Amino acid sequence: MDTKILIEVEQLYRYYGHHLAVDAISFELSQGEVLGFLGPNGAGKSTTMQMITGNLAPSAGRITINGIDLLDRPRLAKAEIGYLPEQPPVYVDLTVDEYLLYCAKLHRVSSRQRGKAMARAKQRCGLEQVSRRLIGNLSKGYQQRVGIAQAILHDPTVVILDEPTVGLDPNQIRDIRGLIRELGEHHGIILSTHILPEVQATCSRVQIINRGKLVFSETMQSLEKQLTSQILVLETRAPLNTDTLLQIDGVDNIETLTDHRVRMHFTGANPAGTIAACVATQEWGLVELALDRQTLEQVFVDLTCSEQSTGKEVAA
Amino acid sequence: MVWTIAARELKNLFLSPLAWAILAVLQLIIAYLFLTQLDTYMLLQPRLAGIEGAPGVTDIVAAPLLQTVGFLLLLIAPAITMRVFSDEKRNRTLSLLLSAPVSMTDIVVGKFLGVTLFFFLLLLMLMAMPLSLSAGTSLDLGKLAAGVLGLALLFASFAAIGVFMSSLTEQPVVAAVSTFGLLLLLWIIDWTGGGEAQVSELFRYLSLQSHLQSFLKGLFSSADVAYYLLLITTFLILGIRRLDQQRLTG
Repeated sequence: MDTKILIEVEQLYRYYGHHLAVDAISFELSQGEVLGFLGPNGAGKSTTMQMITGNLAPSAGRITINGIDLLDRPRLAKAEIGYLPEQPPVYVDLTVDEYLLYCAKLHRVSSRQRGKAMARAKQRCGLEQVSRRLIGNLSKGYQQRVGIAQAILHDPTVVILDEPTVGLDPNQIRDIRGLIRELGEHHGIILSTHILPEVQATCSRVQIINRGKLVFSETMQSLEKQLTSQILVLETRAPLNTDTLLQIDGVDNIETLTDHRVRMHFTGANPAGTIAACVATQEWGLVELALDRQTLEQVFVDLTCSEQSTGKEVAA
Repeated sequence: MVWTIAARELKNLFLSPLAWAILAVLQLIIAYLFLTQLDTYMLLQPRLAGIEGAPGVTDIVAAPLLQTVGFLLLLIAPAITMRVFSDEKRNRTLSLLLSAPVSMTDIVVGKFLGVTLFFFLLLLMLMAMPLSLSAGTSLDLGKLAAGVLGLALLFASFAAIGVFMSSLTEQPVVAAVSTFGLLLLLWIIDWTGGGEAQVSELFRYLSLQSHLQSFLKGLFSSADVAYYLLLITTFLILGIRRLDQQRLTG
């Protein structure tokens, strides 16, 4: 697959008065990538997105979109972007069709292609049934979908979505995630969210921002590898004998949690089968034997909470 | 691109009942004034007939009418312009324009043109009244045209000032009040207690109203045209700067 770099962000800074909201963030986004932005509230996710889309000017740094410098040639660069802000920028007095037509004109979609572009965006976001309704009368979920339709209407190379699934019901969330994955095949996508499973379901790369700094950036694949740890948790009805367990091939180390529960670190292939057999012969009564998976949530909490506490110590 | 934004702005105005209400109310008031003015003329006419070079129907009916239209719009323009930017900021729809491939100039000029077109429409409807006189008498069309041009420039200035004021705040009412304040100040700035002689030249130049007077007398003076154009350009540039500055400060 062609891996053209669509967004290049270099040493981006943003101050609000004396408050540093974005601190030296640099990253790249290639074609065919879905990049998930994670971070606690006020971490600088939205600010970063607003800067990439030209809604805010950075205090310092460079943003290049599909090879075009955003600050030097904003008009050309903005034509490559579709953006859904935190609050969908919809006019409540317009019907869905009127609104999308206006957006198409603003994005210079040629008059011959407008109809086709609008029909495709409506179909992708499931808006065909509400074309002629006033946006103000639609539910929050539909308004959100109108916002997404607006962002993908002009077939931009980069789509930036700030919390796209807020206010949607579980079915719609599934649809939108499917849409994001589908778009991700040909476009570059950045999405921010608080919902961690969403990142695991849709993204090919994850970045965690905390207090304006990029603290974590991994592809989903290497993250998966990191998350599947080499630890088994075993619980039995009868008290355990750790010495017997240590005899098993591959088990290096055992932490005793209670008399009945242990954590076993292993190397190489998963020794769960041998362990189960051992438990059976010893007649301990197996209650639980499972891989102790580290979740993305743990990574998130580790990175964002520890940073915050060290920050406080420094301040004190 | 400018026209796309202008057309949207104009259509948006007609989506709310406010624009329709303003058109209807103004039409009613001006019609009443037009009729009283006409009455005055009917009373004066026998006496005027004997005088050489006496003022005609255009001077007695149309000119005062245009003057009143100008002042009435000063009261009403803020209600139209107040929403232009403050509503967009409040509903967070401004980011649609900011992330679209259009420049700040396109946005501000587009909004300005949309509002100005609405004012022109209003002017056109009101002008139907004095023009209807031409069915029964002959009008001084040149004088009337000068008056209409003066009013058009005045209305465009109202629009430019209103659009700028609206970009300053998220509250439409604050935008309306401050627009009204500034317009009224510019209208009365050359009024002083001591009569004509005491007015400073600067204040007289700044007055929105004094420049309108010569147009209403049928005088097309490039100095007056330049005044309005300068005023419009100044406030449009201020509006563009304001939007740019908001991108910097957030």
